Amino acid sequence: MKKTMTALAALAFGFAGAAHAGDVRVMWYSDGVEGEVIADLLNRFMAENPGINVILDNVAYKVVQEQLPIQLEAGEGPDIARVTNLKAIAQHWLDLTPYLQDPAYWTENFGAQADWMREDGSSAITGFMTQITLTGGYANKTLFDQAGVALPGEGATWDDWVNASAEVAKSQDTAAAFAIDRSGHRISGPNVSYGANYIAADGKPAPVDAGTKEFAAKLVGWVADGKMLKDTWVAASGSSYRAAADDFINAAIPFYYSGSWQIANLSTKIGDAFDWVAIGSPCGTAGCSGLAGGAAMVAIKYTKNPEEVAKVMEFLAQEDIVREFSERTLFLPAHKAVVAKGGLDWKTDDPNVKAALDVFVKAAGQIEPAAAALPAWKWGSAYYGALVNRISQVMAGELTLDDAFARIDADIAEQVAQQGG
Amino acid sequence: MTLLRASTPISPNRWRNRAAEPVASVKALAGAVVTAPLGWLARAIDPALRLWQRATGTGGMVAFFLLPNMAIFGIFVLLPLVINVAYSMTTGAALFLGDRDFIGGAQYARLLDCTDYTRPSSCAEDQFWIAVRNTGLFVICQVSLMIVVATITALILNRDLRARSFWRAVFFFPVLLSPVVVGLIWRWILQRDGLLNAFLVAGGFDPVNWLIERNWAFFATIGVTTWAHLGFYTLILLAGLQAIPRDLYEAAEMDGTPPARVFWRITLPLLMPNMLVVIVLVLIRAVQVFDEAFVLTSGGPGTATLYITQYIYEVGFASLLKNLGLAAAASILMGGVLVVLTLIQLLLARRNEARGKLK
Amino acid sequence: MTRALAFLTRRRGGPGSIGGWHWTDVVTFFWLGGGLILMFGPALWLILSSFKSPAQLAEFPPSALPYEARTAVVEGYDRPLPLYVVQDEAGTRTLAEVRRVGTVAQMVDPANPGEIQKVNIANRTPDREVGFAVENYTEPFLHFDFLLYLQNSVFVTTVATLITLLTNSMAAFALSKYQFPGRAVVMLVVLATLMIPLSVILVPLYSIISGLGLFNSLWGVILPTVATPTGIFLLRQYMLTIPDELLEAARMDHASEWQIYWRIVLPLTAPALAVLAIFSVVWRWNDFLWPLVVLSRKEVYTLQVGLNTYAGELNVQWHFILAMTVVTMIPVVLVFIFLQRFITAGIAGSGLK
Repeated sequence: MKKTMTALAALAFGFAGAAHAGDVRVMWYSDGVEGEVIADLLNRFMAENPGINVILDNVAYKVVQEQLPIQLEAGEGPDIARVTNLKAIAQHWLDLTPYLQDPAYWTENFGAQADWMREDGSSAITGFMTQITLTGGYANKTLFDQAGVALPGEGATWDDWVNASAEVAKSQDTAAAFAIDRSGHRISGPNVSYGANYIAADGKPAPVDAGTKEFAAKLVGWVADGKMLKDTWVAASGSSYRAAADDFINAAIPFYYSGSWQIANLSTKIGDAFDWVAIGSPCGTAGCSGLAGGAAMVAIKYTKNPEEVAKVMEFLAQEDIVREFSERTLFLPAHKAVVAKGGLDWKTDDPNVKAALDVFVKAAGQIEPAAAALPAWKWGSAYYGALVNRISQVMAGELTLDDAFARIDADIAEQVAQQGG
Repeated sequence: MTLLRASTPISPNRWRNRAAEPVASVKALAGAVVTAPLGWLARAIDPALRLWQRATGTGGMVAFFLLPNMAIFGIFVLLPLVINVAYSMTTGAALFLGDRDFIGGAQYARLLDCTDYTRPSSCAEDQFWIAVRNTGLFVICQVSLMIVVATITALILNRDLRARSFWRAVFFFPVLLSPVVVGLIWRWILQRDGLLNAFLVAGGFDPVNWLIERNWAFFATIGVTTWAHLGFYTLILLAGLQAIPRDLYEAAEMDGTPPARVFWRITLPLLMPNMLVVIVLVLIRAVQVFDEAFVLTSGGPGTATLYITQYIYEVGFASLLKNLGLAAAASILMGGVLVVLTLIQLLLARRNEARGKLK
Repeated sequence: MTRALAFLTRRRGGPGSIGGWHWTDVVTFFWLGGGLILMFGPALWLILSSFKSPAQLAEFPPSALPYEARTAVVEGYDRPLPLYVVQDEAGTRTLAEVRRVGTVAQMVDPANPGEIQKVNIANRTPDREVGFAVENYTEPFLHFDFLLYLQNSVFVTTVATLITLLTNSMAAFALSKYQFPGRAVVMLVVLATLMIPLSVILVPLYSIISGLGLFNSLWGVILPTVATPTGIFLLRQYMLTIPDELLEAARMDHASEWQIYWRIVLPLTAPALAVLAIFSVVWRWNDFLWPLVVLSRKEVYTLQVGLNTYAGELNVQWHFILAMTVVTMIPVVLVFIFLQRFITAGIAGSGLK
């Protein structure tokens, strides 16, 4: 018994032991098949580079979002991570420039998003986007057809879309007309479309302005008159994320505002049940903006093997690898040359998918400057969190809109003060 | 406080033989594979411990017995609490205390900054006070519901049932499930397009949005927590019921006493010691409510089921911009309340023990 | 039926009852029946749902049993076509769908593949049969290091339980059988911390684990959980009832204090130890939040952490999570079935008589 215990103990401690010289640990979360795709690509890398052992740690998104920042604060963590909260904790990313063979290739092809993942004023190369996402809407075309309501065309406003959907909902007896994911990021594109700008002249958060107020009031009104599905926003407190994708998949709502990352999910789960189309972002008074975002692979400063890390990153950032990754995962690529050449051979036979991807590629051209600046802005997450937290309290009837706006400003100010901003 | 009591009194001079008996069943359970080497190990360290005992006396042995547990306890439970006290007086994003800015009682001042303590909306940290209020309500409802349901279940399981161990297992079963699983199962049952609404619709009723209606959602967190822990408390009460001498009931039956009267006059008074244990344990668990409720409602609708532990967890850990200082201050305040509850528990226990001695 | 009822409850009967049923019998009957449905129903539904396909999981109203669509191979079409039951003015029939355009489905009769029929989609329902999506179970076994995670879970559960039993019983022995200065203080501290939920000390505890180098180690999961105040409390209460004369008699026979603990007190505490062992196994096996914080390398994942990797940012792969949840429930249920009589013996049976 004692012997076994010691052996087991050694085993357990062995796990915690120091990394081997050529080891590179990648922390990765998956929404769909991308975990398998990256594992496949990394195996190919290891076959080409026998000296480097890449270990892929699949984790829940929660780990990347909640635990990783604490690990980083303690100076620990993996060597590479796939992260979405890129800017706020950018002080922990490694500048790969000295280790890269061709930094110019990176600036050329990934330069557009480089600011999203480095500290203000820095010119470091810390990683690259595995996927670009763009918020946007989806309509259940079959439900619209059955109701005899025409899909609002180009330039249609949020009111047009919600009213048309409400007509469909009434005729087809669905649970509600539409839903938006419970997320501050999701409503920020629409806010900007109504003229909002979160960023003050000094780069700090600005108080909630008329644009945000206008769209927030609309959302609250739509919940009150039953047009917007109540569950998604009201059913949680704080800044928890809730998606309404399942309601769209079940045809409980004819119109759903989410983003490009839902395409693969919708395709597999809806199958042939109904036709769906991506519609980009409806318009407000100031534009028809969505909000870009996405996930990046970043190198982490506390790695002991920066050379090997750079090799892995260089391999994955190659043009043909990026292309293959995008085609197999149905993610929008960030690589400039891949985007410019176009003609991606999406690995799907669902015609809805190809059409939807094209819509999102086109909608990317309509991002307003105020929205385009958000991914590279340090206080984005503070702003998004406060918006969701307080607006859903208004929807639940706990606060008035004016109180909520005052609370949002106070919450953000508190965050800035606590983080020493 | 006598939750458990060793079996029959044992004659002191027969300790060697008696001691071997209960262990027989444990051996059967764990198998000689585990106990035999452990027994060998225990014999092997005995000479060393005898020397230690001779050198340091009973005091040294007390220290020896306490040390392993208290060392682990000190490092992994007490030290974090102490660190939390330090955190609560600092601000910043850094993890290590040395890198954080000292701000004294500012975090506490923020938490306690209210113009009117009966209205959370008048407070700087309104959601903290909403959580405090919700937790208070939850504790009251949860304790009463649990006591009633567990008592009825224990009374029923104490009857002459066939397959009694089967029925005991039925009610105990959810205790085995992880809180996450409990929350998930019930979310699927109660959500708008869940199982319960499917039944309602099939039966011709209007569906109810259980997790969106404020009162239903609040009751759902209470009901599900009760569901998950009912079996444990039922067993404690059942133990109390089985200790009540049968002849008392037989006498009552001969007198033709109605069952309700038997319950109030015989069962309940004799069940009181176990009932007190249950009340205290349920109370403590209720103040800490988190896992099941968090998975079930995430604090919604609005903040109707936001409880204090979730508030601390979100402020200090789950949110993208963690506010360690504020969360630590809130946890210290919560700890203070819990210590008061402990003291009440101890007082009750003392009184109970004293009463036991009088008999 | 009556025989079944008689099996369920031995009735009280007697004078004043209706048809031999005392009202307490009726209450008992409904309480046990309701309890059976309420306690087992949800778990049963979880197990059935774990065999559903992702699309079926999202479906409303949810079906009790898992189904899969029936398909037919039709001449002239490469792939098997899904079958639908069509009900319209032409009667009820089963057709295979070729494609759907908007609200109109183009369908063929498998017996007569030449002729395309146009059917409004409101008039068709999928023709399905009960079928179990076993791939929910097999896929994770292939792509998911199930055996490794199982090994880690077993290691954590066993070692944590053994350490818990040993250290808690030693401390409980000292606190119940010796008079020493500071005993009240130790008890108070133990009881006070009984009430601190782990979720409020996550960050400071993390910094300690990190400082000790136990991050990403199974010991980082085990150690913070083993000094359970609950265990000390439970065991001490039990040990208090062991008569001190027994210990004195042993001391007369020149037994050492260690022997007294090991050979007298521990065996006599067996029922309480069994209770603690069962709870420790259940708690450690189901632990989720803390292992998730400490373990972020796949070699050290426990099952609960491992199955959580199916929760992505935007999508949660419920079908895999459900299936793996069912698998992880099995060992706990087995432990319970085998140790059931110890639980009842420890808490209920011998405990208070």
